[in-house]
Amino acid sequence: MKPPPFDYAAPSSVTEAVDLLAATEDAKLLAGGQSLMPLLALRLARPTLLVDLQDVEALSSIETSVRSVRFGAMVRQHQLVGSTSHPLIGSAARWIAHAAIRSRGTIGGSLAHADSAAELPVVATAVGATMEAVGRGRSRSIGADQFFHGLLQTALAEDEVLTAIDFPLPRRWGFAELARRHGDFALVLVAVAEMPSEDDRTHHWQIAVGGIEGTPRRCLNAEQEATVAGVHTAAQIEAVARLASTEIEAVDHLHASATYQRAMTAELVSRALTQAVEPTTISEPSQRETAP
Amino acid sequence: MRVEFTVNGSAESVEVEPRVTLADALREELGLTGTHLGCEHGVCGACTVLVDEQPVRSCLMLAVQARNASLQTIEGLERENGSLHPLQQAFSDCHGLQCGFCTPGMVMTAVHLLATNPDPTRDEIRAEMSANICRCTGYNSIVDSVEQAATARGALARDD
Ligand SMILES: Cc1cc2nc3c(=O)[nH]c(=O)nc-3n(C[C@H](O)[C@H](O)[C@H](O)COP(=O)(O)OP(=O)(O)OC[C@H]3O[C@@H](n4cnc5c(N)ncnc54)[C@H](O)[C@@H]3O)c2cc1C
Ligand code: FES
Ligand code: FES
Repeated sequence: MKPPPFDYAAPSSVTEAVDLLAATEDAKLLAGGQSLMPLLALRLARPTLLVDLQDVEALSSIETSVRSVRFGAMVRQHQLVGSTSHPLIGSAARWIAHAAIRSRGTIGGSLAHADSAAELPVVATAVGATMEAVGRGRSRSIGADQFFHGLLQTALAEDEVLTAIDFPLPRRWGFAELARRHGDFALVLVAVAEMPSEDDRTHHWQIAVGGIEGTPRRCLNAEQEATVAGVHTAAQIEAVARLASTEIEAVDHLHASATYQRAMTAELVSRALTQAVEPTTISEPSQRETAP
Repeated sequence: MRVEFTVNGSAESVEVEPRVTLADALREELGLTGTHLGCEHGVCGACTVLVDEQPVRSCLMLAVQARNASLQTIEGLERENGSLHPLQQAFSDCHGLQCGFCTPGMVMTAVHLLATNPDPTRDEIRAEMSANICRCTGYNSIVDSVEQAATARGALARDD
């Protein structure tokens, strides 16, 4: 249960970090360590060099604009809890693990780790976040729909650093999650976001479901139904929720059958949409609820 | 690598390999064995300490990452005159421990909870303390302990 030996470097700029990654075989970035350290302890990862990003000050900024909030990759998860600049993230971050994990874990680490049962990848998918990545002599932007490739797989190359993530602001939003115990990874989680069009004249719904497939899933038919028919009544919300539950590909596992996962998808989409139209129904993880 | 930090107010300097966790540096290099190691991969919370006032799993942080930080461990809670911290007293009064293995992590988690939320509800205490696993008590007495400490501290604050 002790990490294997490795070298350690703590560069102070992204360029130095990228150079170290490019120059060393099997080097790995270290952000909050809340996913990487367990992998090292269990010896599921054996990097030769850890490149710690904690001294790269440029990665800790938060910039708010009218349409979006841009978070540096090293912003810690506890800084997101209750965020008023991006309330959907502020609400979702309360569901990430426990205080002792959030005080180290970073927004960039969660997205780069790409667990589909994690809150931030699902929110990123729902609002269509843009990931900014810097590699050797190049930088690029990757949309959420292109970023997540599969369980713990992303579009990032070995020598690329995720530097910032731009989260567009939804007009209305909701977030709902089912976990077996408080702070556990979700069995099913849902983020819904009503996003403005470029010219702000129209809005459309985006619905992302996590925890079931290898990557967060956008439910395009349900989104279409919500946008075209509206979510004004309970019956309309139910129709959207039912549609969403038919769009996911669930398989039975130890903790939940495929049928249960689909039923919970419908329930959580319905709760998230209800929150979006009636914000007083937003729930916090510390409010004890019986599993639906 | 040489790493310097303060532990419970005193400056310390240790020489460690990069792979040494903060928990092992505290226990093996500084002899501060109050911080316990259960799972060593982040799930049990026994190793919880405060780093710059934030709760941290010391098994999931490298000692080298703690350079220049200010650390608080269970050893730092007792008052100089030897009296117990209100949380230690409450855990004793309410039978918040049996074998005591989880207790340092439980108490440090509760220190942070009461620092950020001095008057928590029972549900809030349960939610926060669920970060830590206890195999003995069944948790109710731990919730009682934190509740008692919150009340005691509230009373202290009102007396001031
Ligand atoms: C007990 C426990 C419970 C947890 N529960 C939850 C939960 O309920 N929900 C949840 O979302 N998460 C949970 N987590 C995971 C936690 O949120 C992690 O913090 C997060 O997944 C990874 O972030 P990190 O900053 O710790 O990254 P690290 O562990 O440092 O890194 C993770 C991976 O990402 C890579 N990486 C990190 N930063 C970058 C970057 N800027 N660019 C490119 N690659 C990078 C690393 O090389 C590594 O491969 C839990 C963790 C633990 C230990
Ligand atoms: S020993 Fe650190 S969380 Fe279990
Ligand atoms: S008192 Fe024994 S594990 Fe908690």
